[in-house]
Amino acid sequence: MPLLQLEQLSKWFEIKRTIFSKPLYLRAVDGVNLSLEEGEAISIVGESGCGKTTLGKTILRLYEPTGGKIIFEGRDITFERAEALLWYKRRAQIVQQDPFGSLPPFFTVYRILEEPLLIHQIGNAKLRREMIYKALETVRLTPVEEFAPKYPHMLSGGQRQRVAIARAMILRPKLIVADEPVSMLDASVRIEILKLMRDLQKRFSMSFIYITHDLATTRYFSERISIMYAGQIIEIGPSNNIINEPLHPYTQALLKAIPDPDANNRKIFREVPPGEPPNLISPPPGCRFHPRCPYTMDICRIESPPEIYLQKDHMVRCWLYAKK
Amino acid sequence: MSASGELSIKSIVREVLTYRSGQVGAAILLFLIGLSIYAVIAIPYDRAIALWRGEESCWIEVPRNAMPYWYKYIMRKNLPETIVVDGLRGDPGVIKAVTEIPGTNIKRILLEISFTYDYDDFPSEVNLFFYANYSESLPLIKIYWIKPDGSNIPLISYTIRRPYTILYLTINDDVQKSLLEFVRSNVGEPKEYIEPQLIMFAVNDETMLSAKTAKILKSTGSQIRKYTLRIEGMLFGKDSDLNAKLVVYGKVYGFAGTDHLRRDVSIALLWGTPIALAFGLTSSLAISIVQLIIAVISGWYGGKVDFIIQRLTEIYMIIPFLPFLIMISSLYRLTIWVLVAVLLVLSIFGAGVKSTRALVMQVKEEPYIEAALAYGASSRRIIFLYIIPKILPPMIPGLIGSVPGFVFLEASLAFLGLGDPFLPTWGKVINDAFSNGAFYKGYLWWIGLPSIMLILTAISFALIGFALDKIVNPRLREW
Repeated sequence: MPLLQLEQLSKWFEIKRTIFSKPLYLRAVDGVNLSLEEGEAISIVGESGCGKTTLGKTILRLYEPTGGKIIFEGRDITFERAEALLWYKRRAQIVQQDPFGSLPPFFTVYRILEEPLLIHQIGNAKLRREMIYKALETVRLTPVEEFAPKYPHMLSGGQRQRVAIARAMILRPKLIVADEPVSMLDASVRIEILKLMRDLQKRFSMSFIYITHDLATTRYFSERISIMYAGQIIEIGPSNNIINEPLHPYTQALLKAIPDPDANNRKIFREVPPGEPPNLISPPPGCRFHPRCPYTMDICRIESPPEIYLQKDHMVRCWLYAKK
Repeated sequence: MSASGELSIKSIVREVLTYRSGQVGAAILLFLIGLSIYAVIAIPYDRAIALWRGEESCWIEVPRNAMPYWYKYIMRKNLPETIVVDGLRGDPGVIKAVTEIPGTNIKRILLEISFTYDYDDFPSEVNLFFYANYSESLPLIKIYWIKPDGSNIPLISYTIRRPYTILYLTINDDVQKSLLEFVRSNVGEPKEYIEPQLIMFAVNDETMLSAKTAKILKSTGSQIRKYTLRIEGMLFGKDSDLNAKLVVYGKVYGFAGTDHLRRDVSIALLWGTPIALAFGLTSSLAISIVQLIIAVISGWYGGKVDFIIQRLTEIYMIIPFLPFLIMISSLYRLTIWVLVAVLLVLSIFGAGVKSTRALVMQVKEEPYIEAALAYGASSRRIIFLYIIPKILPPMIPGLIGSVPGFVFLEASLAFLGLGDPFLPTWGKVINDAFSNGAFYKGYLWWIGLPSIMLILTAISFALIGFALDKIVNPRLREW
């Protein structure tokens, strides 16, 4: 049984223009199927506005889902009331993008890490102290006695993100959603933080959803990669497959856009997917990528492509691979 | 505001004192607090209330509308103080002789009360207090006024009708008549109305015919000669006795003078301080806290709750405040704490709710709130531990700044006659002064002193508020 299973999960945001007009819906997440095994790390990659952050937050029930199902450890939590979700909030945690805003400025590091323990009524003061110091050690904020009484504004961006990771880990969750955890950090500490998260993920065999727009780093930090476009997952498969033989034209375009560190190739023009990401209020009919796709066929404009499994674990939604 | 986490209450206080305005404001506030503590300790609450109500005619020996003592130095004149010569107490200057007429029940009594008078102005009033002991008939007396120059003026023949009586010499018709008679027969016809106390204390020549020219006949000179009040009388009965107390009311009293009811205004000035501070701080604090909680509820829960609270606030904002208070106070007696409660009820949904809600909306979107939701913090926990600590520091200048508003509100209600009827407050003093024409009569201290107290309070909180504003809104700092 997978740890987490999403079935046709949707999150539509209602947009009211006036009181009397019919509300419009922004389909940020539109029918996502995904399953995640225990201890597995999966990357969700896509360009800005494709709904990947919304998907992450909906999984954590920070947003109310509009439709579909979220099944966690075999329990359907899609429409569970917030009060009845405390057990889930202990098992699923978030690491946010902005380490400068994600820590309450008026709490010390110690208090920040104690908050989740207090809410879930874990241990007594002494036990909590041990847990907090241990958590600080695991994220390598040592000496812990020195960091515990500090306020967030006394820490660097990388240190803050370590505190945020420690906070997410302290409840020993089964699932962590890391929402672009390094995009606001200095390039010099990015790899370090990513490595730390990967280490911890393996050490505590947690499942990891790594949301990013940086396809280049995903191979090293996740077993599987899923590509999201306009609120839908259009390709999903093992990391090596996706990187080495991308199937969907959008994935191919994304891969071509990755900068090449080889100086000899610096003059080669990098093809970027032409056009703009679609308007999610009225997405294009048929395949949502068809206005930008170089291989558009007639059927692409009419009918949305089904999930096509070329191998057991490599799915693509593109008419190019449909059995005629 | 990213560094607002550093702003603890303690550090704010410390930082306020680095600004000049903060120092001055804090100094004034400290002075006012010291005054409050002194007032509460020196004059206990019950005593202050009793004094202000004038219980047991405790002010009877105090002049009406007296100037503050320090007016002596402003006017460079030795203004008269009150002289009390009490025969019952056995004060020096009282001579008492009782002779029994043999074979009868009748006693002859001679009572002489003498005192020196060296002031540069006439007294404001002269009263005579009798303590009589009689069984059969009422004591009959004759009163003479003997000036230092030897002139002897018979003032009145008088029957004492009660064991304790006050003879108001300077407003008694008979006394006035005999004094005028004295002037007419010795000096001439007065040019204008001259007060009895002027005739009693003036030099006997033409100058006394007008209040402008009258000179005071002082006791000191080549030799000391005293003013004497002489009482001759007859008492009936074996145990009968008579004692008298002469009070020559001066024109200065205490630090703040007296009002039209002879009350010492400094009591109201002193006790007005703790009342004003307590009232201002309590209402400001209570209203701010209630508005804060409502604003956070409105901003955090959003949706229908927010809609209802916001519309209610808009309705509340157009309710005219003062007319509403006047209406309530005409139906109910507003003690100071009831007034706080009414204020609270009238401002629960005040304009502060709107501005605080705006802050809440901003804080609500902070990622750390989202993180708290992710690890399962309840709404109540988020409101009290995550939102309020963040929006409290920027609210403090407003809180402090609104204190004088409430102090003035209390004063204006008292001025309109709607305040707590028993408490001695600054507003009440101003109201008394106003309704007794203090400006017209030149009793400037009566209006001036309570006004200065009000202004000091306002300035103190305003200055502290300015300093706080600079700390909490760093863009206002002058470099």
